[in-house]
Amino acid sequence: MANLKIGDPAIPFRLPGVDGREHALEDYRDREAVVVIFSCNHCPYVRAWEDRMVAIQRDYAPRGVQFLVISSNDPAQYPEDSFDRMQERAREKGYNFPYLFDETQEVARAYGAQRTPEVFVFDRQRRLRYHGAIDDNYEDPNRVGHHYLREALEAVLAGGEPQVSQTPPVGCTIKWRPQQAAAQAG
Amino acid sequence: MLRVHFLYWEGCPSHEEALRRLRQAIQEEGVDASVEVVRVDTEEDARRLRFVGSPTLLVEGEDVAPAPGLPYRLTCRAYVLEDGRISPLPSLDQIRSALRRARAAQGTPNR
Repeated sequence: MANLKIGDPAIPFRLPGVDGREHALEDYRDREAVVVIFSCNHCPYVRAWEDRMVAIQRDYAPRGVQFLVISSNDPAQYPEDSFDRMQERAREKGYNFPYLFDETQEVARAYGAQRTPEVFVFDRQRRLRYHGAIDDNYEDPNRVGHHYLREALEAVLAGGEPQVSQTPPVGCTIKWRPQQAAAQAG
Repeated sequence: MLRVHFLYWEGCPSHEEALRRLRQAIQEEGVDASVEVVRVDTEEDARRLRFVGSPTLLVEGEDVAPAPGLPYRLTCRAYVLEDGRISPLPSLDQIRSALRRARAAQGTPNR
């Protein structure tokens, strides 16, 4: 269960990106909406959805939507989620959004994120308006029935409320460091 | 009768759909098969069972989508589908093909 409820303010963060720069939520204060997505390299659900992440960012960037994609996984357990491999993935897939490394896992813990991918959509005032999955079909982009993220962005950009504001995030569990895993379990 | 093992880890959400797909493939292929469902809970289990990710489907001990070199661990498994897309699940066709290969290896004519 995420720590944020619909209507709650975004939790600020500053994280290193694969582009060699630091990125803070505050850096994007001029955007109409910010989409924070907890993600990673290794997870097949992310890999099934990542082309759609790129496409949605491309489609909505001209309307002031900014994606900030965060990997919080422990690379000691999953070496394919290391910062170097994140840089490779961003290049290979043509990521058109900052891909950020939450090495201490504090951001994931603050947001209460549990899965990859897990989406948080914030409106102009940086209030949470949608939390959950990107759409309802990770397997086949041609058989999506509900485009949750796109529908939420349309509503937010129109100044309204998404018809569907929460869905269960579907994906791999975030790979916590051993001490974080104990904290999550406790 | 074909022996099928279905190994899964609760940390991946799609195992029920994978099991449903396996049963559908068995039915559509008209195969006489026994399915043993094995839940993998620990890294130690994963190493002991040579589990490379959830879900893993073995037909007569052969992986429906062999992926040599993957480490044994609790993780979600990435399948490369026929069209190159990545999926957390094997396709129905991949499972059906594995059933046909196993049946052919046993000398049972395919339908």
